[in-house]
Amino acid sequence: MTLALFEDRGTPLSQQRFTWRELAGKPISKLDDDAFSRVRVILMNGMETEALRFSHAAARFNQKLRLPLADVRRVEQHQATMVNWLLGADHSPLETTIGYEQVAIEITAALAQQEPDEYLAQTYRFGLLEDFDHMYRFSALLDRLEGKDSNNILQSYTDVLPGRPTVVEHRAPENDLRRPFDRTTAAPLTKLNALILVAAENQTHDYYMTIGPLFADPVARQLYAEIASIEEQHVTQYESLLDPSTTLIENWLMHEAMEVYTYYSCVQQEPNPRLKAIWERMLNYELGHLHIVADLFKKHERRDPQEVIGTHLPEPVPFASQREFVRKTLAREVDLRASGTEYCTLEEEPQSSIDYRNQLNSQGSPSEVVASGYSWRPGTELNRKVVNL
Amino acid sequence: MSESTAASQLGMNRTGLQMSPRLSREMTENIDETLADTNGMEIAETRREYILAADDLGSVPPPATVKGVLKSGAGMLTGSRPHILIDKISERLAFERGGARLYDAVIAKFRVHGDELTGATLMELQRIRDQEVEHAALLKDALETLGADPTALTPCADLVGVESAGLLQAASDPRTNLAQTLHAALAAELIDGAGWELLAELAQDAGQADLAEQFTAASGQEAEHLRLVEGWYRALSIPAVARA
Repeated sequence: MTLALFEDRGTPLSQQRFTWRELAGKPISKLDDDAFSRVRVILMNGMETEALRFSHAAARFNQKLRLPLADVRRVEQHQATMVNWLLGADHSPLETTIGYEQVAIEITAALAQQEPDEYLAQTYRFGLLEDFDHMYRFSALLDRLEGKDSNNILQSYTDVLPGRPTVVEHRAPENDLRRPFDRTTAAPLTKLNALILVAAENQTHDYYMTIGPLFADPVARQLYAEIASIEEQHVTQYESLLDPSTTLIENWLMHEAMEVYTYYSCVQQEPNPRLKAIWERMLNYELGHLHIVADLFKKHERRDPQEVIGTHLPEPVPFASQREFVRKTLAREVDLRASGTEYCTLEEEPQSSIDYRNQLNSQGSPSEVVASGYSWRPGTELNRKVVNL
Repeated sequence: MSESTAASQLGMNRTGLQMSPRLSREMTENIDETLADTNGMEIAETRREYILAADDLGSVPPPATVKGVLKSGAGMLTGSRPHILIDKISERLAFERGGARLYDAVIAKFRVHGDELTGATLMELQRIRDQEVEHAALLKDALETLGADPTALTPCADLVGVESAGLLQAASDPRTNLAQTLHAALAAELIDGAGWELLAELAQDAGQADLAEQFTAASGQEAEHLRLVEGWYRALSIPAVARA
């Protein structure tokens, strides 16, 4: 049986305290910690930044909830810091990018397999093959710009192969919007999965937008511009799965449930005892937030939060290589395209997307340039003993 | 973009005090000389606390098989800490790979601005670059001979990425001229020289005479790289000052 959501009220908000020394604590080891520990760090930073983002948006539309939103948000801010600062400075921005794409691939693949709604599962598989291609392009850049092997980050859990080519991922906005789930009939797991991926893609988008201009190399600058644009598409896509009739407090409740769920998943699977203790502390904080919001939900909407989020969490998100699933999906679905809210064959793709991408690609395609002739091999391309690359 | 050999261009650089005398006077008049000058002691103390508490970057993976070492005939590593040699060879390997990519950036710059530099040819730059790749292959073979994993990122190899990041940024920026780009290459060659010398000594101390000999040969090639790059850098920089 997984975590019972309403039996443990977690840490009271007044006791959710930090010091600066704690927030800027010891980072993980890039070399000795498992790649999935890094995946968890990146993922949970994404969950926290989503909490902040949602909380700020909510505050713009609701006066009476501004104080509880601000109170909880202050803790989320410091949780985000504590988690994000677990990444050590020996990760170059491009190496961290490899970590981000590993999160995208492995978590999207895991959620696609556990998603009960086939349309949403298809949507996740659709996005998966695009993030998978981003990994290939960024790996090419890491090799050809910095002379490094992306597998030092991936630790052999994740393939480096072309996916759906980034050059054809650019779509007209009308072809990025999907059909939302119905909040009255969707399973809690469906809602959690969708929120997790909106959060992760938004985090990735913001990260690439921040670091893109830090590169001096023009190919790198172009590639980040291109892939950040796709990540924005992915945020639009996953966000459109959310039922827009969900009330503000119900949305907040789902966000806290998402954080509880993902921290719980981290606690269950973390091999590093220091990190595990951090995940446990954060889980208890989120349980505290969940119960604050559950009480607000009961007070303001006179509804039972258990109807929305159930009494127990789903099975934890698996933090494990999803290689076989990714390969099968790649073989079957790499040529899928999108037409309005639906998926279609390559030949059926709307002209609006083709025109849109032809404009963007009209002065060349950075993702094609960077990876031209690239094939991942251990120890980088330079291991081929060829000259005149 | 201005040529490397031209005098640095005069223009509207706004960063110094002299460009804004009035505003600068407003700032400097407001300096509070009564603030105690602790010379950054608090910063130093915070850093000391973190250094005391810090873990290592990581570890060196153990060689896959000791048998692998014996089979190759390379013999056992002498000395009590063979992993230090492995860490330093891996460091050099990371540096050579990064160096090859650094030279890709230098060559890209040279293809556009090489006519400024009469003493250099594309072929010479390409040769330096290719030798970095050969050095990487040599080091990879050395690791395999010692039974170590050449694909592993050891702590010193990890740090190479951090150290070289600035050099790569300088060389790959389209705005840097050929002299500025060669300055980054010069820094890399100086590190190369010191690195290979040390590696040859370490290999000798570890009872790896064959490797020591190969490393010494590579060190000789790096000395030639340094001579060339330093010469080109000086050729671009000195006439510019002399004519100014």
